[in-house]
Amino acid sequence: MRKSVALAAGNGGEENSELISGVFYKYFKNDILLKSEDAAVLEVGSKVAMSTDSFTVSPLFFPGGNIGKLAICGTCNDLAMMGAKPKYITVGFIIEEGFDYRELEKIVRSMKKELEINDALVVSGDTKVMPKGTIDKLIINTTGIGEIEKEGISSNNISEDDAILVSRDIGAHGATIFTAREGIELSSELQSDCASLYPTVKALIEAGVEITAMRDATRGGVAAVLNEWAKQSDVCIEVAEDAIPVSPEVFGVCEMLGFEPTMLANEGTFCLAIKQKDAQKALEILQKFNNNAQIIGKVSDEHKQRVVLQSSYGTKRFLDTPTGELLPRIC
Amino acid sequence: MSLELRNLYDDFRDPQTIKAYAKLIEEEAKKLDRSINIMEVCGGHTHTIMKYGLPQLMPKNVKFIHGPGCPVCIMPKHRIDHAYTLAMQKDVILVTLGDMIKVPGSKGSLQDARSKGADVRFVYSPMECVKIANENPDKRVVFFAIGFETTTPMSATLIDVVQKQGIKNILFHINHVTVPEVMEELINSRDEHIDSYNNQINAFLGPSHVSVIAGAKIYEKFPKEYNRPVVVSGFEPVDVMEGVLMVLRQFNENRCENEIQYKRVVSYEGNLNAQRIIKHYFEKASLFKWRGLGNVPNSGWRLKSEYSELDAEKVFEDVLPIEEIEDHKLCICGDILRGMAHPTECTIFGTACKPNNPVGSCMVSSEGACAAYYKYGNLL
Repeated sequence: MRKSVALAAGNGGEENSELISGVFYKYFKNDILLKSEDAAVLEVGSKVAMSTDSFTVSPLFFPGGNIGKLAICGTCNDLAMMGAKPKYITVGFIIEEGFDYRELEKIVRSMKKELEINDALVVSGDTKVMPKGTIDKLIINTTGIGEIEKEGISSNNISEDDAILVSRDIGAHGATIFTAREGIELSSELQSDCASLYPTVKALIEAGVEITAMRDATRGGVAAVLNEWAKQSDVCIEVAEDAIPVSPEVFGVCEMLGFEPTMLANEGTFCLAIKQKDAQKALEILQKFNNNAQIIGKVSDEHKQRVVLQSSYGTKRFLDTPTGELLPRIC
Repeated sequence: MSLELRNLYDDFRDPQTIKAYAKLIEEEAKKLDRSINIMEVCGGHTHTIMKYGLPQLMPKNVKFIHGPGCPVCIMPKHRIDHAYTLAMQKDVILVTLGDMIKVPGSKGSLQDARSKGADVRFVYSPMECVKIANENPDKRVVFFAIGFETTTPMSATLIDVVQKQGIKNILFHINHVTVPEVMEELINSRDEHIDSYNNQINAFLGPSHVSVIAGAKIYEKFPKEYNRPVVVSGFEPVDVMEGVLMVLRQFNENRCENEIQYKRVVSYEGNLNAQRIIKHYFEKASLFKWRGLGNVPNSGWRLKSEYSELDAEKVFEDVLPIEEIEDHKLCICGDILRGMAHPTECTIFGTACKPNNPVGSCMVSSEGACAAYYKYGNLL
C-alpha cells in the first residue's frame, strides 16, 4: 500500500515531525529554517515588498506544472512585479487526510526547484491535516518578502509616454487547466506557462529599462490587468488586436469553447508599461526569454478608464474585465 | 505540411477581404433610396457582429437588429426554476450545456443551486450523460436539454441510446425551440394604434447551423409570404459581410429570395437523418413561452407521450413549480428583439441589469444583444 498522510500528521506529535523532516526539511532545508524557532529571524538590508497568496488548483498536476510550482511562482512573481528580488518565503500546507505521500513529495520537490530559480529560501512553514472530504486534496499558502531592486514601479503612474507590452503568448495556463479539468480529450502540446519571472525582471532592471508598471496576468488574464491599469492610472489603453501573441493551441481551445485568449489566466506571463523610448530595448530583452514577447499597444486619453481593441480593418471595441465563471458558449 | 485550425478560417477573417466587402456594401447601399434593417436572428451572428465591430463598417442606411437566437437567453424564468428544483432533488444530477448554469430564475441560478450542494454539471456533448449515469447507478441524471434545431438532434440521439441500451437513470427536461416560428412571431407583432411600434425588420440573416440540420428550406415562407429576403450566412466576419451584401443586392435588383451564403455547410434540405430522429421522439408543443417575447405558438418541442417515463416534467410533476413568471417591468428585451429599441435605450441597461446580474434575456449570455453591447461597447 502506498503511504498516505494521516490525520495524526497534523497533531504536532511524532507523525507530524515525520512529515516535516521526511518531506519538508528534506527539500527546503537552510540555516534559518533548520533553527526551528517559533519565528524566523531575518536580515533585510533594503526596502522590502511583501505578498501572500493561497493556491488551489484542480487537477493538482497539469501539463507544465503542479500546485507546488504554482505556489512558489505565484508569490515570487508578485514580488518581482514590484521590482523586488524574492528572498524569504513562508509556506503553509493544508492537506486532506489520506493524501498520497509520494505526490506530496513530488510537489515539494518542484517547489524546491522553483525556489532555486528565484534564489529564495523557505524560512518558516506550517502543516495542517484536515479530515477527508473537508477540503479538496491540498491547499498551499505562500507569503514572500523581496528586496526592492527598482523603486517607483506602480500601476497608478501609467501615462501617454508609455508603451504596453506582454512578455509572451497569452492564455496558456487557463487553456491548459480548463481542458485538463473538464477532461476534454485533446491531443495537443498545450502546456501551462507557469514559470518564475524574476530572471526576466532582473534582466530588464540591469539593462536600465525605464519600467513604469508590471503585473502578472493571472486570473482574469491580460484583459483584467489592462482594465485595472486603465482605471488606476485614469488613462485609455489602446491595443492592436493583431499584435497580441496567441499560440495556435490556445487559439484552438478558444475557438472551440468560445473563450477570448485575453480572458484566460496566465501563471508566467506579465504585462509591462515601459517608457516609449525604452520599449524596443525592453522588447529585445523579453524576446531573449521568450520569442513571442510583443509590443501590443499604447496609452491615450480617448476613452479614459477603458481598454480599446483595434482591429486591422478599422473597427474598435472595448475589452472588458471578465466576469463570473468561465463557461463555454453553447452554439 | 500539417493543417492548423487557423487554416480553416484565416481567409474568412482576412482584413483585406473584410475591407473589400465594406466597400462593396457601401457602393450597394448608395443605390438604395431607403434604409435597410437586417435582423441577424442567431446569437452566433450577434457575437461575430459585435466582436468584429461590423456595425462600424456599415453605411448609415444599413443597420443590424439583434434577434432572439440565443438559447440560454430566451429561457423563461419558470423553466429555469424547474432546472433549479430538479437540481435540488435528492439523488439527482442535473446536466446541461455551457452557460445555462449562470442564468438566474426566480429562485437563483444553477450555479446558486450548486453552491447549496446540488450536483450540477455542464457537458459539451449530451452523450456524456451516459458516462455520468453509468458512474452513478444510484442517482438519477436529468438532462436539461436546451437549444435550437442545432442541438435538438443531439438530445434525440441521447434518447435513442437510452432507449436502445435500456439505461434506467437518465431523464429529460426538454426546452428545445425552433427558429422559423419565432421569426414569424417577430414579423407579425404589431400595434394597431401606434405605427412606430411595429417591427422594423426588412430582411433576415438566416441562422445557418440551424439550417445544417433543418435545411435552408425552413425560411422559404419569409420571402414568399412576408416579403422579407433571407440570406443564410456563416459565422465568420467575411461570411456576415457577404451575407449583408447579398441582402442589399436583392433589394437593388428587386428580388426577394431565400439565398444561401454559407454554402460550404448548408444545403436546402438539411440533414434528413437528424430531422427523422427529432420527429421520432419529439412533437410540437402548442406554446412555448420565450423570455422577453411571451408565448409563441408551435415554437417548442416536447417528448412524445409514449416516452413519458423519460420525461422529467412528468416524473417530477409533483415538485415542479407550475405558475409562469412575468418578465421584469422595466426590461425592454421584447422591444429590442423586435427591433423597435436599442439596448442603450433601456433605463436599466448597465445599471440594474448587467452581465453578472442580468434582468432580461438579452443580458444573459454573451450572445444576447444587451450583453454584447455591454461587453464590446458601441464605439460609434
